[in-house]
Amino acid sequence: MLESWALLGTVAALLGLATASGQWLRRSDSPLLDRRAIDSFNARLQAWWFFSFVVAVAFVAPGLAVTLFGLISFWALREFVTLTPTRSGDHRALFWVFFLFTPMQFVLVYLDKFESIQTYGLFSMLIPVYAFLFIAARSAFAGDFDRFLERIAKVQCALMICVYCLSFAPALLFLDPNPPGGPSDNALLLGFFVTVVLASDLLQWFWSKSLGQNVIAPAIDPTKTWEGVAAGAGSTAVVGALLFWATPYAHWYHAAMMALLIAAMAAAGSLTMAAIRRDRGELASGNFVEGHGGVLSRIDSLCFAAPVFYHVTRFILPDLTGN
Amino acid sequence: MFTETLLTWIARFISGASVRWFESQPDTCQRVYFANHTSHLDAILVWSSLPNDVRRLTRPVAAKDYWVGGAVRRKLAKVFNALLIDRTEIKVHQSPVDLMLREIGRTHSLIIFPEGGRGEGDETGEFKSGLYYLAKKRPDLELIPVYINNMNRILPRGEFLPVPLLSSVTFGPPLWLESGEPKNDFLARARDAVLRLKDC
Repeated sequence: MLESWALLGTVAALLGLATASGQWLRRSDSPLLDRRAIDSFNARLQAWWFFSFVVAVAFVAPGLAVTLFGLISFWALREFVTLTPTRSGDHRALFWVFFLFTPMQFVLVYLDKFESIQTYGLFSMLIPVYAFLFIAARSAFAGDFDRFLERIAKVQCALMICVYCLSFAPALLFLDPNPPGGPSDNALLLGFFVTVVLASDLLQWFWSKSLGQNVIAPAIDPTKTWEGVAAGAGSTAVVGALLFWATPYAHWYHAAMMALLIAAMAAAGSLTMAAIRRDRGELASGNFVEGHGGVLSRIDSLCFAAPVFYHVTRFILPDLTGN
Repeated sequence: MFTETLLTWIARFISGASVRWFESQPDTCQRVYFANHTSHLDAILVWSSLPNDVRRLTRPVAAKDYWVGGAVRRKLAKVFNALLIDRTEIKVHQSPVDLMLREIGRTHSLIIFPEGGRGEGDETGEFKSGLYYLAKKRPDLELIPVYINNMNRILPRGEFLPVPLLSSVTFGPPLWLESGEPKNDFLARARDAVLRLKDC
């Protein structure tokens, strides 16, 4: 219980400080400041506040937190499919994707809470297998074969990234804790995960800005550099080690290793999403989504890191600690 | 009142519309909003994109044969104060344009879809002449082009269940009929004004 308040308090204090400086930068009119960078910084902080709120909710009402993640997924899926040209032959398949598979995934994640049901097997299979088969078949029944493989791949990709991968974040709430503890321990795990992902996002962006030299893929994201990713991952590992007390891991270096892993996945996630957005052209996102690229660009790193973090915590760490 | 607010919110949720005013501002003066037509929800969408005070004075023009088919549609048409036009039976002394002008009087504005029917997929069809006669008979009306993007994917032709993607509604700068401007030139110019908003 003490740890939960400590985590929330730490995050709120850091965020408050960062928000204050972000607002101060926004108001100051020095010509040396990069306006876009400040706006981007403030947008990231907003997302961070929001996710901290979701984590705070998870301490008291895990079901509500799962619902909130479900709504984020739904919104991200809207943005993703909007960016992706589908044809009217995919309409019915998309209807079921939005109104059946997305809610069902989060319901199954929530049902994992009950010892007697154990839905891990189901929710880890629903979208990769059954939604996959359904989408292909439903589009085939609609009778339009034009660019068929491309279209079903797009819908499946949207569902995998926005719904399946993200759902592993709330699934952390119902992971068997190790060492065993009350339900609030799992909200701490989610808090650790979210904080580390968002910190890594911000740190990589900051280091890329300040000491970036070698751009990874200039055609995709001209701001992401190897130096930024490496320094970002290193400093994220420090953040992870400092938050060790909030994790169920046995040693501080496990927390640091997990943070390093999260940082690597987060970098991969944001680069992948940048590639998808580039492929669709800038206009696509700018036209429909106001502000800074919308929900999708705020959650890309969470999506990529969540399943890896979940599986390593569930399957590898217990072995390492000999349980 | 309550149904109106509820309907506006539902329309905004389903269409996820971002509304932009490009080189023009919402105003309660008498206007004709003319938009490209891609889906059954277009009329509700444009109507619900307007600010409250403007919306109360604005009547979408819709096809009678569609909107009286079924109790729900009839109720909807009533809530958003639609002006239903009979497409099947057009009388000589009762042309749709005269009917529209009589209905709006000196206070209301109109939302019309000059393509007539809905376009096929992404294409915007040629404009029918109604817009021209409206402008000719009432030169004081401001004609506001409106571009609706992506609605054809949210509710395509022949479907009744919407997929909640994101769309956008862009209102453009007003235009008027120039004196002596030929009908076809004017209609082409109006159509261009709508299409130009696509990239704004």
